[in-house]
Amino acid sequence: MRLCVALDGAGWHPAAWREPQARPGELFTARYWADVITEAERGLLDFVTIEDGFSVQSSRTDQVAGCLDAVLIAARVAPLTRYIGLMPTVIATHTEPFHTAKAIATLDYASNGRAGVRVRVSASPQEAAHFGRRDALPAGDLLDEAADYVEVVRRLWDSWEDGAEIRDVAAGRFIDRDKLHYIDFTGKYFSVKGPSITPRPPQGQPVVAALGHGPEPYRLIARSADVGFVAPRDAGHAHDIVAQIGSGLVFADLVVFLGATAEEAAARQARMNERAGYAFTSDATVFTGTPAQLAGLLLDWQQAGLAGFRLRPGAIPGDLEAITRALVPELQRRGAFRTTYEAGTLRGLLGLSRPASRYTLTGSS
Amino acid sequence: MTKQIHLAAHFPGVNNTTVWSDPRSGSHIEFGSFAHMARTAERAKFDFLFLAEGLRLREQNGRIYDLDVMGRPDTFTVLAALAAVTSRLGLAGTINSTFNEPYEVARQFATLDHLSGGRAAWNVVTSWDAFTGENFRRGGFLPQEERYERARTFLRATWQLFDSWQAGEIIADKASGVFLAGADAGRFRHADAHFDIGGRFNVPRSPQGRPVIFQAGDSDEGREFAAASADAIFSRHGTLEDGQKFYADVKARLAKYGRTPDQLLILPAATFVLADTDAEAAELARVVRRQQVSGPTAIAFLEQVWNRDLSGYDPDGPLPDVDPAPGENTVAQGRASVRMYRDPHTVAAQWRARAAVRRLSIRELVIEVTGRQTFTGSAATVAEQINMLVQADASDGFILVPHITPGGLDEFADTVVPLLQERGVFRPDYEGTTLREHLGLAPLEAS
Repeated sequence: MRLCVALDGAGWHPAAWREPQARPGELFTARYWADVITEAERGLLDFVTIEDGFSVQSSRTDQVAGCLDAVLIAARVAPLTRYIGLMPTVIATHTEPFHTAKAIATLDYASNGRAGVRVRVSASPQEAAHFGRRDALPAGDLLDEAADYVEVVRRLWDSWEDGAEIRDVAAGRFIDRDKLHYIDFTGKYFSVKGPSITPRPPQGQPVVAALGHGPEPYRLIARSADVGFVAPRDAGHAHDIVAQIGSGLVFADLVVFLGATAEEAAARQARMNERAGYAFTSDATVFTGTPAQLAGLLLDWQQAGLAGFRLRPGAIPGDLEAITRALVPELQRRGAFRTTYEAGTLRGLLGLSRPASRYTLTGSS
Repeated sequence: MTKQIHLAAHFPGVNNTTVWSDPRSGSHIEFGSFAHMARTAERAKFDFLFLAEGLRLREQNGRIYDLDVMGRPDTFTVLAALAAVTSRLGLAGTINSTFNEPYEVARQFATLDHLSGGRAAWNVVTSWDAFTGENFRRGGFLPQEERYERARTFLRATWQLFDSWQAGEIIADKASGVFLAGADAGRFRHADAHFDIGGRFNVPRSPQGRPVIFQAGDSDEGREFAAASADAIFSRHGTLEDGQKFYADVKARLAKYGRTPDQLLILPAATFVLADTDAEAAELARVVRRQQVSGPTAIAFLEQVWNRDLSGYDPDGPLPDVDPAPGENTVAQGRASVRMYRDPHTVAAQWRARAAVRRLSIRELVIEVTGRQTFTGSAATVAEQINMLVQADASDGFILVPHITPGGLDEFADTVVPLLQERGVFRPDYEGTTLREHLGLAPLEAS
């Protein structure tokens, strides 16, 4: 089973920041993120995703407001970790694929092959107004544009073939320019010439992921992503979604509130609900119970063809530590989870081979 | 009064100053090279490490240029990772204002400043060509006169974003349940000819308030932009007379913006060659110049001035007898330096005359006319030169550009820096934690 955690501020519950273990005053410090991600690595998790967005999360003053750039958090933590995959979120709607391609390639270099990227769209008119470049696009266009965006990013990663840097002192040539390729992408929303400014990253193609809740996003996942995050209601639903997507590694998202007993877990969640002033709901299934119960559920759902799970900790570090220190040992006891990291790259952990550059295959330029 | 010298390091760039053919030359991409140079710079108590940016690979004669180091990593990403392997060193990067949006760039710099504990700096540049624009959805070409206008408004917009949060607005008090001091934290509105944006910025105020601002342009507009907005200026004027002229000119522009001379540091880029004796250093400098200007590089350089294909010429033979092609430079793309030769005809005539008198080959001529090392000599000589230039107001310090990656700074750190420290003109240790403190800049007033 493959397991990752989705990191978002103090956790996914809006009152998580008031939990006894929470460190709300440190959410904008490197130390917080280093501690959280090294904790995930101690739990041998495949990777972490880092949420990001271009707006303040809430208009309230009793909830967490603000977030740091996810790519830079990942980069800041890369030299402090060795095995865990780092998958920041980027927003395709408002960013340049050229910048994203070199940023993720660079994250791959800084982490020695552990970079991924979770691509998101933004339909928010508020976020569009932060950029002022154009009005918010309709949802269908946003997904089409995101597919083009990923296509451009992937072509840019391939635009330097492996071994393009030759350092031929006799001829005075640093690169073999026949191994560099214009990507010449022209789409409905933008065009990009290439090649990338950054040589092909260690993994060749860093891992691309997207979250989806319906047929159109599932098509984007199938077409563009290596990893799809989905939000099934139950094992049967998971089975249907896996069939609909039809390819790649599908991970089910779950929000988790964990406790040593089911009562304790429920009490924690109730305490947070009370502080928030409303009952927590989510686009993903919310699990409240013990790590052993969660292990049972994950093993059950896995039968539906899921490659793994993306757990969203209700509160950090409480639920994160319950995952790394109780859920993981439980899964290990049941023979369902690694006891040591078996690969040094994220593609390696996910069982994905390192692809040759598409331009090597076709020889076109 | 004796001035304190400011020193910084420039990660070797993608031009022929950087010698890649040397056996000691390492990767320009792998993080280990950046970490090595950053650690050296921090060991030497430098103000900052600087990274340039590239957004399109250079071309010559319609093909990707292959003679220099090519390719670089993403500036922001490297700087954020370097924050993990250093604790005091400033982290400076060039970020283009043409192919970015204020909201995103402000977030990235505010994030870098948070994640480094107040060590971020931004060298604001503008792009000029549709050639680079082909890599971006924004695309675009800006006429010269609009470049600085857009850079100015871009910078103003980001400042508005940085200032949209005040210090201390994150309360995060678990007991009372108050996270944020007010629901309007981050509120901003900016409208001008280039940007019309408004809403809420989502990164709280960073340790420095905003990144330190660098400016590198040398034109009149560039100097004015620096005088109005920058904390430091990267200059090309590293010699005594030239440096003093530039220094006086730029510092004199500050008063009209209500600023004092200590609020803008003048930091020329400087190359160096060190050896045990001055004579050995001079000989080594000659070797380095030949490494920097290979035969093919010499031909490529002449092509940039002649604006035509000269690949048929022998670098060890005489200069071309054909004249430069008139009109806009079309041979070299993505290279700012071609604009330095406004009158190629005259330049070619001068160089031909010089080569004829001294019997210089193409390669020898190019070695002569392209920049030689700023400082050459023993550690004592170089320390003396640096101190003399700073005390004579030719600069406030230097940004050192080693020609070898990543170890090219090590010798300077080990031999020149201790001499400057002994003289009491360079800090024996960091006194503050933020880059503004290293640069001797007062903290920003709260917005």
